[in-house]
Amino acid sequence: MSAALALAEASSTSPGPAGAKRLTNALLYLDDVRVTFDGYRALRGLSLTLGRGEMRAIIGPNGAGKTTMMDVITGKTRPDTGTAVFDGVHDLTTLDEATIADLGIGRKFQKPTVFESHTVADNILLALKGPRRAFPSLFGWRNRVEAERIDDILRIVGLVPHRARPAADLSHGQKQWLEIGMLLAQDPKLLLVDEPVAGMTDAETEETAKLLREIAKDHAVVVIEHDMHFVRALECRVTCLHEGAALAEGSIDAVSADPRVVEVYLGR
Amino acid sequence: MAPRTPLLAMIDTKGWIFLGVLLAVCLIVPLFNLAVPPGSPLHVPTYVVSLLGKYLCYALLALSLDLVWGYGGILSLGHGAFFGLGGYAMGMYLMRQIGPRGVYGHPVLPDFMVFLNYKELPWYWLGFDFFPFAALMVLLVPGLLGFLFGWLAFRSRVTGVYLSIITQAMTYALMLAFFRNDMGLGGNNGLTDFKDILDFNVQAQGVRVTLFVLTAVALALGYLIARFMTVSAYGKILVAIRDAEPRTRFLGYRPHHYKALAFTVSAMMAGVAGALYVPQVGIINPSEFTPTNSIEAVIWVAVGGRGTLVGAALGAVLINYAKTLLTGAMPEAWLFALGALFVLVTLFLPQGIVGTLIARLGDRKARIAARLPPEPDIPPRLLEEGRGS
Ligand SMILES: Nc1ncnc2c1ncn2[C@@H]1O[C@H](COP(=O)(O)OP(=O)(O)OP(=O)(O)O)[C@@H](O)[C@H]1O
Ligand SMILES: [Mg+2]
Repeated sequence: MSAALALAEASSTSPGPAGAKRLTNALLYLDDVRVTFDGYRALRGLSLTLGRGEMRAIIGPNGAGKTTMMDVITGKTRPDTGTAVFDGVHDLTTLDEATIADLGIGRKFQKPTVFESHTVADNILLALKGPRRAFPSLFGWRNRVEAERIDDILRIVGLVPHRARPAADLSHGQKQWLEIGMLLAQDPKLLLVDEPVAGMTDAETEETAKLLREIAKDHAVVVIEHDMHFVRALECRVTCLHEGAALAEGSIDAVSADPRVVEVYLGR
Repeated sequence: MAPRTPLLAMIDTKGWIFLGVLLAVCLIVPLFNLAVPPGSPLHVPTYVVSLLGKYLCYALLALSLDLVWGYGGILSLGHGAFFGLGGYAMGMYLMRQIGPRGVYGHPVLPDFMVFLNYKELPWYWLGFDFFPFAALMVLLVPGLLGFLFGWLAFRSRVTGVYLSIITQAMTYALMLAFFRNDMGLGGNNGLTDFKDILDFNVQAQGVRVTLFVLTAVALALGYLIARFMTVSAYGKILVAIRDAEPRTRFLGYRPHHYKALAFTVSAMMAGVAGALYVPQVGIINPSEFTPTNSIEAVIWVAVGGRGTLVGAALGAVLINYAKTLLTGAMPEAWLFALGALFVLVTLFLPQGIVGTLIARLGDRKARIAARLPPEPDIPPRLLEEGRGS
């Protein structure tokens, strides 16, 4: 789907929370995003549109700009030019990380990033959706969360027996699971999941695909992954990124049969 | 919602030991000072009471530093500034208490102002004759500086070495300012020759003992506040910020709010420590702002055990006791000894005294637990049962 098409979709004029007009009906709308690092052009006019409740897999060779795209969406990296709009009204290029997270965009990092000195349960506790202001955290609701609420999430990611262990003691795969659990606790509208199955066994990979499909029933999800097996198991549209722009988009069969995609992957 | 952990449950074993020792000291020291006659070998002389009181003030300073460094990862090399400001606020009150009894006998102006030809009291001295006002300033002045400094630095995402350097610059700048006579705060002589506190003679034995007990109480309160903060969700978030600040932002936290809050509370605690220090030591001067003072406080915390609160207090008392002994014997050697101690602790006890003890005990517990059958490792069962429940 091209950017023009996404704009053509923009029929609704219902005002958003900021009172702005909806630019698009898409949940996430990126258009002609450009990012340069010390002269290296990591994103060169990336456009991508994600519908509400859609799951999308992003593939592409190393250095294609996949992670950089997530950095732009989450406010970590400011694009040089281009549009990034969430929910039709929020200009992501002007907001800081915390505001973007508050809007409902959650992220799992390529290198699993959990709070190592905290227990598994506390990692979930800190991720739980709800007010996050500093002063109320001394006395407020996050001090009275039922253990059961945390265990419900740990059960989904299979970490209940590890709830009291420091996150630092988990294996790589378990940290990936914990970070997915934190995403679930955050309950965002859009989940950005960067290489979730790196370091997992085949069986675990399959479980992860299942879990993501389940999550995608009521959330929009973007998954970056190299593992084609896994991508196929997600049963969703696929976008192939190459040299900072979308090269092809469609079903997994269509994309993997696209001669340009084949060339990019074989050409390495 | 689950009830919050009851307040007493937040105190752990080392906390109870700490509070118990403080209570014992609060009973024994006054008893052996007031009830045991001076001739007896068990008698604790009044100057020793004040010396111990001074150690406890340092312990409170160390505790405040541990709150930001141990839990927030903010290595402040300028905490002496907050201690000094609290001390000056108290010193100003004590100066006003002198009244017309100064050497020059001026009804209002302290001696140094008469000497410098001041015609009237500078505006910022107003109100300091009123104890509640001075007590408020003891909290407000360091707290406000801590808040402003913290807010600006943390919002600009200044961290690590850069932050440490600007905290050091802060205390250095204050030192230079307080050395100036036209600051109206006594220049390099500072404030001294105190007579009364709340109309009691500040030199009197009973007053000394009371100040000592109050310091112990302040230390216990400081510990309870810091402990409450660090075991709450706030403290967990603070530790998360210490370990992975960027990650917390993507969860929606604003780290600068959390850090500024810790820094402000910490600055106020340091201010109280300084305020209790001044009447027991009898003087406050700009040397309290020297960068080395703040660095020494960091060493106390490191030696005692960063991130343990109790360890910070212990480190402060032990090292200052050693300092008293050593500076009596060979004053030149102290800085070398302190430096050597710091290096040795960094190399061999990186978690400090209390941190190492906890790790040892934890290992023993783990070894005992290992003899029990392990919990079965349940594989991820995921969606089927997981989501439905
Ligand atoms: N902060 C940065 N500073 C400089 N260069 C960067 C930075 N972040 C990314 N890059 C460069 O931008 C390019 C795109 O990186 P990116 O991480 O987005 O790739 P990717 O598609 O996620 O690759 P991979 O599959 O290896 O994770 C790479 O060449 C990378 O070296
Ligand atoms: Mg990447």
